[in-house]
Amino acid sequence: MDKMPKWADVVLIPLISLILAAFLSALVILAIGEDPIAAVKLMVSGALGSTYGWGYTLYYATNFIFTGLAVAVAFHARLFNIGGEGQAMLGGLGVAMACLYIPWPHWTIALLAAAAASMLFGAAWAAIPAYLQAKRGSHIVITTIMFNFIAAAFLNYMLVNVMRPEGSMDPATERFPEAVHLPTLHDLLAPIGISFSKAAPANVSFVVAILACFVVWALIWRTRLGYEIRAYGHSETGALYAGISPVRITIVAMLISGALAGLMAINNVMGEAERLVLNATEGAGFIGIAVALMGRSHPFGVFLAAILFGFLYQGGAELALWTSIPRELIVVIQALVILFTGALDNMVRMPLERIFLSLGRKRRNVGETAPLPDASHSTTQD
Amino acid sequence: MSLMKSLMGAAAAVALTAGAALAEPALIFDLGGKFDKSFNEAAFNGAQRWADETGGSFREIELQSEAQREQALRRFADAGANPVITMGFAMADPLSTVAPDYPDTKFVVVDVTWLDAPNIRQIGFAEHEGSYLVGMLAAMASKSGTVGFVGGMDVPLIRHFGCGYAQGAKAVNPDIKIVANMTGTTPAAWNDPVKGSELTKAQISQGADVIYAAAGGTGVGVLQTAADEGVLSIGVDSNQNHLHPGKVLTSMLKRVDVAVYEAMKAGADVETGVFVLGLAEDGVGYALDENNEALVTDDMKSSVDEARQKIIDGELEVVSYYENDSCPALKF
Repeated sequence: MDKMPKWADVVLIPLISLILAAFLSALVILAIGEDPIAAVKLMVSGALGSTYGWGYTLYYATNFIFTGLAVAVAFHARLFNIGGEGQAMLGGLGVAMACLYIPWPHWTIALLAAAAASMLFGAAWAAIPAYLQAKRGSHIVITTIMFNFIAAAFLNYMLVNVMRPEGSMDPATERFPEAVHLPTLHDLLAPIGISFSKAAPANVSFVVAILACFVVWALIWRTRLGYEIRAYGHSETGALYAGISPVRITIVAMLISGALAGLMAINNVMGEAERLVLNATEGAGFIGIAVALMGRSHPFGVFLAAILFGFLYQGGAELALWTSIPRELIVVIQALVILFTGALDNMVRMPLERIFLSLGRKRRNVGETAPLPDASHSTTQD
Repeated sequence: MSLMKSLMGAAAAVALTAGAALAEPALIFDLGGKFDKSFNEAAFNGAQRWADETGGSFREIELQSEAQREQALRRFADAGANPVITMGFAMADPLSTVAPDYPDTKFVVVDVTWLDAPNIRQIGFAEHEGSYLVGMLAAMASKSGTVGFVGGMDVPLIRHFGCGYAQGAKAVNPDIKIVANMTGTTPAAWNDPVKGSELTKAQISQGADVIYAAAGGTGVGVLQTAADEGVLSIGVDSNQNHLHPGKVLTSMLKRVDVAVYEAMKAGADVETGVFVLGLAEDGVGYALDENNEALVTDDMKSSVDEARQKIIDGELEVVSYYENDSCPALKF
């Protein structure tokens, strides 16, 4: 069977989907009597036009990188982890406990400990659905979604009844001590002479997120475990024949996925709010699904898609601040991007594939198309 | 009509953005959204009244995420908006970090009374006192001896509402049964009329024939279902009697609109400090208008007004949930 070149799959399809989404958004903005070009200008200048805007864009992007990676790792094992939201919530609980109850001397150690705690809590929250999927066959989509609600209720209980400081009406923990304050990009870039906005919440977690991208890349494509995860994702029976235990891969992949989602908490809980509030995750776990789909489950793609969604969030905030475009419409614009890049992927892909197919036939030059890296030649590696 | 108005206002605002700092007030709505028929909408009504009366304009934003709280505060303060008016207890923490950075900007916050900063006007409401009065009305109007309470998100503020309500109901009928439910544990609970409707049906099946909704936009579903099922309901924050004339017993008024209106009227000279508005200040109360006058008899009215006077005079104390994080009349 013929295939279209890889660059078309990776670049052209997302690009066309984005243009379609932007076009529809423009129509919607026109319909409510606003100027779409001015709106786009405002979004771009607000999100990318200043270090302030970048600071917010990168802050949101950091959240989405973590949750996007979480979903991507699970995708490689053909597991649909919709529970990133709940895993990130529990990660926040881990960060809050690590930061509040242990007096850390310096933020570097606190960051390591908080990261470990968030990954532990996130992984633990993913472990139960993983076990149920692996051993009992309960579908992971259903169980992880249900665990989101349990996580929300559990967090609510903890914040209202256990961790709320006495006399406070706000269901949130107290502020973390000054010693665990993470340096923002302003603090990081000032010594090398770059002045970055002081007000923006982007912080050292962004660097951790980039590191996480490299680690996930290495894990998936450069380790035996990554190979087993991919092999299992391509064909369960094939993997079984090759001596890969489905139970082990399901659980391990979900543990890694949950740990990555939980790790998001070092950005939003420790880096930004510096206390645990009720809806700290605000849907980043779900955005992660769109980010992973759009990024084709590749860490670099996830990184780019996360930046795009960071831009949409921060640009949307600027729209809400300076125009009368209602926030519901801003959600519509974000949803259109998700719809086109995620759900309606085939709408763009199929015609495009047909075009490339006919072009390839005309040239009779099939050899030019990229070879397929797949698991069809997998052998046992013991 | 109002859409047209807001569009024209927006056009004017965009035209003015070209200039630099403007000393117009700014209003930050909480996550529930501007048109929640309740808390945020009351603020919007107050602001709109100010704009209509003075011909002034104001900036506004409906928050979408937690990170935007601090962002919106800073952006409006940077743009020269004064005063910056914010809604809801969740703004307390962002305000405590932002306000010191803008000593020349006045901030106003509703539902927060515990911050320590010279440039914040903090407005609290004695919701338990108003809820006490509507609780009395509910108990007097109930024929089944069971009344209901539907809260929004399970946070201390809403328990505070429910606690006053239960005390009022028990003051009238010590044996009354109070069915209390919270809509949810996430902020979605502020805007979930469908779930509000389901809870209402469940409470009716348990015998409740007067149901008090303290749940923001969720309350719309409570009031609708109560009207459909032929039982009475009680609105909250804004006067919601008109939503279902003759079916809404009363509304617990929390005059957020007056608080916002007065802050905007005072402009940059708004007085800062902590202000707690209770029955004495008419900050809270119950609504009586042509839509519910047939439901509230003279007997009911006189005994509620008597209790109101006693609370104002200090003869009757309604226990606040905040005092020791528990309620003498209701378990949550």
